[in-house]
Amino acid sequence: MPDFWFFLEVLVGGLLSGTMYALVALGFVLIYKASSVFNFAQGAMVFFAVLSFVGFMELGLPFWAALPVTVGLMILVGMGTERFVLRPLVNQSEDTLLMATIGLAFVIEGVAQLAWGVDVRRLDLGIRDEPINWVMDKTGMLVSQLDVTAALVAGIMVAALALLFSHTKVGRGLRAVADDHAAALSIGIPLKHIWMLVWATAGVVALVAGMLWGARSGVQFALVWVALKALPVLIIGGFTSVPGVILAGLIVGAIEKIGEVFIGPYVGGGIEGWSPYMLAVLFLLIRPEGLFGEKIIRRV
Amino acid sequence: MTTDRIFRRIVPAISAAATFIAIAAASTAATAQEAQEQYFGIPSSRVGPYSAMGTGYYGGIIDYLNYVNMKGGVNGVKLTYDECETEYNAARTVECYQRLLNKGDQKMVVFDTLGTPGAYAVIGRMAQDHVVLAQYGYGRTDAADGRVWPWVFNAAGHYWGQIAVKMNFIAGKEGGIDKMKGKTVVHLHIDTAYGREPLPAMRQIAKDWDFKLIEIAIPAPGLEQQSQWLQIRKEKADWVTFWGAGSGMNSTAITTAARVGFPREKMVYVTFGGAEEDMIPAGDAAKGTYVAANAAPGKDYPLIADIQKVVYGAGKGNMQNPDRVGTVYYNRGVGAAVMWIEALKNAQRIHNKVGKTVNGDEFRDGYEALDITDEKLKEIGILGMSAPFKMSCAKHDGSERFKMMQWDGKKFQILTDWVAAPDPAFIRKLIEESAAKFAAENNITPRTCS
Repeated sequence: MPDFWFFLEVLVGGLLSGTMYALVALGFVLIYKASSVFNFAQGAMVFFAVLSFVGFMELGLPFWAALPVTVGLMILVGMGTERFVLRPLVNQSEDTLLMATIGLAFVIEGVAQLAWGVDVRRLDLGIRDEPINWVMDKTGMLVSQLDVTAALVAGIMVAALALLFSHTKVGRGLRAVADDHAAALSIGIPLKHIWMLVWATAGVVALVAGMLWGARSGVQFALVWVALKALPVLIIGGFTSVPGVILAGLIVGAIEKIGEVFIGPYVGGGIEGWSPYMLAVLFLLIRPEGLFGEKIIRRV
Repeated sequence: MTTDRIFRRIVPAISAAATFIAIAAASTAATAQEAQEQYFGIPSSRVGPYSAMGTGYYGGIIDYLNYVNMKGGVNGVKLTYDECETEYNAARTVECYQRLLNKGDQKMVVFDTLGTPGAYAVIGRMAQDHVVLAQYGYGRTDAADGRVWPWVFNAAGHYWGQIAVKMNFIAGKEGGIDKMKGKTVVHLHIDTAYGREPLPAMRQIAKDWDFKLIEIAIPAPGLEQQSQWLQIRKEKADWVTFWGAGSGMNSTAITTAARVGFPREKMVYVTFGGAEEDMIPAGDAAKGTYVAANAAPGKDYPLIADIQKVVYGAGKGNMQNPDRVGTVYYNRGVGAAVMWIEALKNAQRIHNKVGKTVNGDEFRDGYEALDITDEKLKEIGILGMSAPFKMSCAKHDGSERFKMMQWDGKKFQILTDWVAAPDPAFIRKLIEESAAKFAAENNITPRTCS
């Protein structure tokens, strides 16, 4: 295989992996936009959502029934989070909310394992994680069907969420809440409904991300750690920008793959884990608000 | 006062006194009986990313301890245990070690971290505390030299022996050691001390056999391995020896190999990544993967069948999912616990304490005296599940033999009997060199073994 095609294969593979990272990061952005809090529990939500989905199927529900039941469960989780975690903390500092989500992560992880057990499960979505034959025949490149599907799903979700935020009343309310809880409340924006909706949506996004990651790696506790992949994506893309995390996901995916394959062998390998964080640190130095994040201007 | 009246007063008093004495005696006997309980500390990992391994392994250990108790204990000595959750985290392992070290007036006699990072974290302090580190198929390899490491054992085989067996297996598939010349073997490993542990032996074998060895690291948690597998593809690797940890990383390696079209029949998994829980999540893609085993899976071994009957029959089984009894991790845990109990029996016998508890020094002597023959394995009921071996003062490792298995999509097919490394003396030489270097660097005077 000529080097050019190999480089292209690495690049395409990285870009497609990046969409998987962006899917996880999307959940963070939704919650950050609504409550200005970095949701430490997003990884736990990914794990809980997909574990519940597989658990319902083990109880005898078919795929088509388990999906809406799990979506319903994640909506309940969102409502419960709003009622028991966020509502008592309205107008508290962002640090307080952050600590609350750390606690929430432990609760969700514990409940998930208590309810469904710790056995590793297989999830078959009917999409083969194997190369698409005609791409291989034409170019010699190996492009996975699952990766392409994940990219399509991410694209659809981003488009839907972008429309929600920019063209609906809920979206405008959400932006107002993100700016100032108290001010939003004072002009009659129903804070609790907005938070409930956003957490429920983040739960559904977590389910989709969990299903795609779970199909590749099995449904197991390690899925909690996919959130680690989302962190540099958020920093680079901006915590409040949906298109930003998609672009950042692609950048992170491409950089880490190219770095690992072409630079890694010269420095002992294993750079894939930290190279996106290096890039994120650079962004923090040069453009702290990220690619599309809102520039914060404060009076001093 | 008549005799009758005196008698009537004295009899109840004597009765009361007799009752008191009887109760006191019974209480003393009970205390004495209570003292005859051998305490074990169990650093389990039941939650988190390594829970599949931890629940199976420690479930097997606890089931065997309960089984022994239900059969009357070890010469009448009952076994008790306390658990502490490590989540397979080295720092938490140290914390659990300290927490479990003492219980009442008893000190723990053996500690099994089920992980190389945890073993490295506590290995230094255990000799001072007189606690045996029973690495069962993992951990620091050069600790197999008992002259330098009197408190560390590895009854189920270490990683240098394992890589030698695997390379021999690969050579067999290629048609002989001479056919290995010019081949490319990738060692794909988690980027930790555990992942790199077999490399000293592997590098030497590569040099001797003249094949190209490429080392590729995967950062934890390893749920994304595309770049590593693209490198493997680019290098046109002939074989991959995989040294992963956690079923997430282990199953992802298989699915990613499928993504880049690398045949699973050219992948050989490490014992700690080669269990049912590592294969099942990968689905059909796992079919054909080779695995080295230091404890063969199966429910038909008499001991495993009896544990199911006695322990699970009484509703006292430790496994949340009883279907996992007989799996690779479970049987390995049972094998580890069997060695604890055989060491305890030896310790009682050697130190004339049959029917009594033993301390760390006595237990160490018992572990060092392990002589697990085929006859012994048959008597215990695990012939074929564990390999026979004999410890000695200088030799603190097991048989260094492994069974090779292949995943058929549903279960492991055992392909070979216990296979030894082609040149065990070569591995032993590496161990002694490494241990001697460690001793020199740390001012340790190796003990003399006659």
